[in-house]
Amino acid sequence: WLLFLLLLLLSVGVSAVEVQRPRGVPLSKRQFYEEGKPFTCLDGSRTIPFDRVNDDYCDCQDGSDEPGTAACPNGSFHCTNAGFRPTFIPSSRINDGICDCCDTTDEYNSGATCQNTCRELGRKERESLQKMAEIAKEGFLLKQQLIHEANRGLEDKKAKLGDVQGSKKDLEAKVEALRTVKEAAEQPEREAKERHLKAWEESARMAEVFLELDDDADGFVSVPELLSHSELDPDADGSFTEAEAQGLLGGVDKVDTAAFESIWSNVKEKYMSESNADTPAPEETSREEINEPVSDNESDQYPDDDIPEDEDDDDEEDEDDDRDEHEYKIPPTARTEEKKDDDEGAMPPYDQETQNLIDGKNAFKTELFNFGFGICFRNLEKEISFDFGPSSEFAYLYSQCYELTTSEYIYRLCPFNRVTQKPKFGGSETNLGSWGKWAGPEDSIYSVMKYEHGTGCWQGPSRSTTVKLTCGKETVVTSTSEPSRCEYLMEFTCPAICQEPPNLEISSHEHQEL
Amino acid sequence: MAPLLVLGLALCLSGTWAVDKGNFKTCEQSAFCKRQRALKPGESPYRALLETMELTNTRLTLQLINDNNKVRLLLELYRLQGNITRVKINELKPLKPRYEVPDVLIREPTTEPLSVLSQDENGVVLSLGVESQRVIISARPFRLDIMEGSDVLMSLNSRGLLAFEHLRMRKDTQADPEAEKKEEADPANQAETTKEEEEKVEDGMWEETFKSHTDSKPNGPSAVSLDFSLPGVEHVYGIPEHADTLRLKTTDNGDPYRLYNLDVFQYELYNPMALYGSVPVMVAHSAQRTTGIFWLNAAETWVDISSNTAGKTVFGKMLDYVQGSSETPQTDVRWISESGIIDIFIMLGPTPKDVFSQYASLTGTQSFPPLASLGYHQCRWNYNDQEDVKSVDAGFDEHDIPYDFIWLDIEHTDGKRYFTWDPHKFATPKEMLQGLMDKKRKMVAIVDPHIKVDGNYKIHNEIRSRGFYVKNKDGGDYEGWCWPGSASYPDFTRADMRAWWASMFAYDQYEGTMENLYTWNDMNEPSVFNGPEVTMHKDATHGAWEHRDIHNLYGLYVQMATAEGLIQRSGGVERPFVLTRAFFAGSQRLGAVWTGDNAAEWGHLKISIPMCLSMGLVGISFCGADIGGFFKSPSTELLVRWYQAGAYQPFYRAHAHVDTPRREPWLFGPENTALIREAVRQRYTLLPYWYQLFYRAHVTGEPVMRPLWVEYPQDLATFALEDEYLIGRDLLVHPVVEEGARGVTAYLPGKDEVWFDVHTFQKHNGAQNLYIPVTMSSIPVFQRGGSIIPRKLRVRRSSTCMEHDPYTLYVALNLQRTADGELYIDDGHTFNYEKKEFIYRKLTFANKVLSSVNLAPDAKFTTDSWIERIIVLGASKPSKVTLKTADGQEKQLEFDFDASMSVLTVRKPGMNAGADWTMTFQ
Repeated sequence: WLLFLLLLLLSVGVSAVEVQRPRGVPLSKRQFYEEGKPFTCLDGSRTIPFDRVNDDYCDCQDGSDEPGTAACPNGSFHCTNAGFRPTFIPSSRINDGICDCCDTTDEYNSGATCQNTCRELGRKERESLQKMAEIAKEGFLLKQQLIHEANRGLEDKKAKLGDVQGSKKDLEAKVEALRTVKEAAEQPEREAKERHLKAWEESARMAEVFLELDDDADGFVSVPELLSHSELDPDADGSFTEAEAQGLLGGVDKVDTAAFESIWSNVKEKYMSESNADTPAPEETSREEINEPVSDNESDQYPDDDIPEDEDDDDEEDEDDDRDEHEYKIPPTARTEEKKDDDEGAMPPYDQETQNLIDGKNAFKTELFNFGFGICFRNLEKEISFDFGPSSEFAYLYSQCYELTTSEYIYRLCPFNRVTQKPKFGGSETNLGSWGKWAGPEDSIYSVMKYEHGTGCWQGPSRSTTVKLTCGKETVVTSTSEPSRCEYLMEFTCPAICQEPPNLEISSHEHQEL
Repeated sequence: MAPLLVLGLALCLSGTWAVDKGNFKTCEQSAFCKRQRALKPGESPYRALLETMELTNTRLTLQLINDNNKVRLLLELYRLQGNITRVKINELKPLKPRYEVPDVLIREPTTEPLSVLSQDENGVVLSLGVESQRVIISARPFRLDIMEGSDVLMSLNSRGLLAFEHLRMRKDTQADPEAEKKEEADPANQAETTKEEEEKVEDGMWEETFKSHTDSKPNGPSAVSLDFSLPGVEHVYGIPEHADTLRLKTTDNGDPYRLYNLDVFQYELYNPMALYGSVPVMVAHSAQRTTGIFWLNAAETWVDISSNTAGKTVFGKMLDYVQGSSETPQTDVRWISESGIIDIFIMLGPTPKDVFSQYASLTGTQSFPPLASLGYHQCRWNYNDQEDVKSVDAGFDEHDIPYDFIWLDIEHTDGKRYFTWDPHKFATPKEMLQGLMDKKRKMVAIVDPHIKVDGNYKIHNEIRSRGFYVKNKDGGDYEGWCWPGSASYPDFTRADMRAWWASMFAYDQYEGTMENLYTWNDMNEPSVFNGPEVTMHKDATHGAWEHRDIHNLYGLYVQMATAEGLIQRSGGVERPFVLTRAFFAGSQRLGAVWTGDNAAEWGHLKISIPMCLSMGLVGISFCGADIGGFFKSPSTELLVRWYQAGAYQPFYRAHAHVDTPRREPWLFGPENTALIREAVRQRYTLLPYWYQLFYRAHVTGEPVMRPLWVEYPQDLATFALEDEYLIGRDLLVHPVVEEGARGVTAYLPGKDEVWFDVHTFQKHNGAQNLYIPVTMSSIPVFQRGGSIIPRKLRVRRSSTCMEHDPYTLYVALNLQRTADGELYIDDGHTFNYEKKEFIYRKLTFANKVLSSVNLAPDAKFTTDSWIERIIVLGASKPSKVTLKTADGQEKQLEFDFDASMSVLTVRKPGMNAGADWTMTFQ
């Protein structure tokens, strides 16, 4: 249609002749407004004398008697816009003091000073249409190439897939063999890992218990200290004697940490932690604390909840400092997770044996990977299954990524894969959505891509991105925005969306409105 | 906009959605409220010392003594012009001055003479001058009754709940001279009183802790309290802001209504909890009389209401009536404030409109808004950048929906530094504003009162160096946490601070602004995220006063300084437009108010009606709720219904939380776009009527949006109605506020009245419940027979574009075949109306003649607008219609008559809207 418009505009100068007709009436409807003859509303509802056409009073339900005034709420006004594109505007824009028609005809009685900009606009539009037509033409040529390449590539891949499938049996046999080896290797590793972990946990608990037992914090657990834990009474007869305690301590009065390790097995089964054993009700708990254990200091909620906003929101570079200064509380869940990570990090390295086993397993992994069977097979299948457009013209985008850098972020579009956002000045990457589907309107379904189920938003849905495709020679992301929180919009040009320039002859018979 | 902070956890776990009540005090948790509420009625220790009475012509003074502690109070009584009685009670000799609220009364009220009618040792009878009104002061215990003839209109301390905690020295640090005095005066009582005081000390008189916050209370206990009895009254209204029914409920079984300006996150409906604003004014109404109580105190206040008929069924009441044994219905009210003095204005009516004008004579009337601000406002937290603003603006044109204002929330600033613009997103604000101006549209940008503590921020540096910040209890600048992070709060109670703030709105100070940029004050309760109850510490100081004393006044002062800034930047020419969230008595003089951070729920749509009606009754007419609901995302049906309801409420603004999906009117399919367009267009056709009602409100103090009982004060059926209301006197609106509604039942008042459906022109009789089937396009609205309403039917893209357009007059005849109405026209945006530059005309239809008569002959204004059409509803067919203009010219007019609906349409009479004319229907 662009080209059609272009033609239309080019021919304006030649064919447009000003024909007498009531203000605001398009040429196509001129015959209904015959000077001096009664006018029948275009909906046929009534007939009025001709002097009531454009007399600034609405007589027709359909507004057709006032094409040139603002009298009818549902009327429309036709601007000829010689030199540019003719158009209709709602009649409420007639004489409202705002220039709407480039030929100034809508403001004939408002005192607004409008400049006739039609020629200028026409020139600009012609230029831009021409440019777009050229782009479309070149883009379309590129697209043909892309289609050609895609088809060839597809055949290759299909052939490859065929090959792979052909030798499937061999491969499967080999894989089976490998798997057996791998499992054999992994079994000791898993066991070793578990052993290691258990030992680690055990000594952690041991340390904890030692500290708890050592009431006077002198670095020794003594008989009296032990006696306060009646659950440790070996014969459970209700009287925990010093002799019994001494027995537990291996016959001495007190043990240090090293000695404690050796008597640990005497203690560990029965020991009850003090913190569990007696939990006194906190003193002076106020009512609301009892009612709402979740939030003991509500006034801090505000900053809390603000965090995610700061994190995923754009502007405040200085927010981070602010947060440190003012003790933003991290939402409970997030904090717990972080802590877990830390604990794991704190675990000492595996012993050599375990490490060897792990390394052994990794070697097998690498072999499997080098063999390349699984990945190759799966990827090929996946790639072939994508909808790369009616002629696979979008196939070239697969496994490519395109970046756009704004003042704060680097956006990255990897078509058919995902969209991400990364702060320019450090920080982690956020997934703005993974490939979902083509989501354009019915008549141009390939004009919009939808990426969904990105990183979840605080309290909100998961992030998603709509990518609008327009025709261009280059394949490039031209803009990004976030119209609603966590719903991103990306503009993307590429030749694959370019349409075939229309046949020049088609448009000529549609000339009407000149 | 409120803090974004749902406890995500609570949300996830329970799926419920409500205010976290634990953040806010109950009466039990508020030490003074608990103390005062524990007092038992009928044990008043106060006695009037009649021998101390002094009466000048207009002022009576009298001492009261508390027989328990011998502390003396001074009572002052004034008769004020316009049937108002003022009673002030303060300590006779307070240790230090107690706070008296300034800047709320528009002037020192004019007093009228008082005289003593009789006096004995039990009491005094005073004449109030008019209508055989008397005040009886009883001495033991002290009690004050206002009588008219033999009827008691109102009694004070009738239940003996007057309490006045005198200022005292802290016992543990200094000897208590009061106690010593007591000892001398009444040794018998000494042991008991001492014990009593000690008990009280435990009750948080000198320190109070709520959650993690401790209020240091250096002045100790200072609460005041008084009870009022209203014989014959079963309906009381007012004391906004609460998300509750229009008719106030009794509070015997729960908390009192609380007045304490708070930023309540996700407020709950049908609840006496405090919200963003406070107007301590209650209106009492019965079929016989309307009265009002204005409790002028800006400290935290609680209001208890009880009734001797509450809980009685209709049958029970009937039984009482038949048995003739019934006691008179009576409502008892009790006010409790944390500090300050007792200063009350008893407005004695007798009609609702008398009460409105009495209150207006004290605190002023609704500011007269620029016409454009009565149009539609498009807001969202946030329009992201200039491009976004441009495309939303274009969206309205593309979908042919009018609007006047587009709004920018906090994200438009440079890091929440108000008076600045984000340098990337709003790099060229003037260009943006000019783009809007080219379309005759306007913008509002937010300016909140919390100021980012940042040495590179000019506003902060200036305020700090001038010492304009509120101080904390230790004398340093008060700091709290708000949108910008650490923030300080300017002391708006200072006139010099307000003057400085106002000067910041000058075009050369507030860079990037132009005359079509207006202001929005949010968070001015003030909201302090990490403060007690999300507000400022009560022991922060404003000069000599504690924040405790002035709290409810802070928001008013913010809006006052801002509105003054907008006036000054135009050299005093242009009317300001400032929206506020926090408010107090007198805020009506300063601009518009909205109901804060509501939610996209049907209940919130429904409650917007009683919330705005309650505000209107106490002077604040320019009220609205966020269309669509602020939190959460509305269903399409709810959004459409909200646009329809909002079109008929005074302040019409859509707003949405930053986390909600976009909801511009065209995002829900062409059908819904059309429904919303139609609702907004209905609003715009009625702008002339809204505008003249605001002019009336500005002159008289009458609410624009009003409960039916204001116009039908004797019709008991209207007293509790809150699902419908009147705009002015002549339009009855019953919006659809139920999901999936198939119909609504509207009560049409007036036994001898008729009402016309404004869409179909169908006539209905008054005094009936009318079932109206509804579809998604229905907005049930009725015009009263007997009224004339001007409209502009040429709806354009903004109200300013419609300035010169012609009027259509809708003449709805009553059973007597008469009607009247008004037409007010001025330039729509300047103060020139104060210089009599306006047109104000009376339109009358009687004896088959419609005429336009000048109501303000000394006023001058010319308009291009003319009368394009007259539609007479309930008309009979004339044989001819003749127009006679002021110059004596006569001309026959053409007309159409629709016999089935009895609608007469006169075609294009064409006279100027400002001219005299008569039109005869023969």
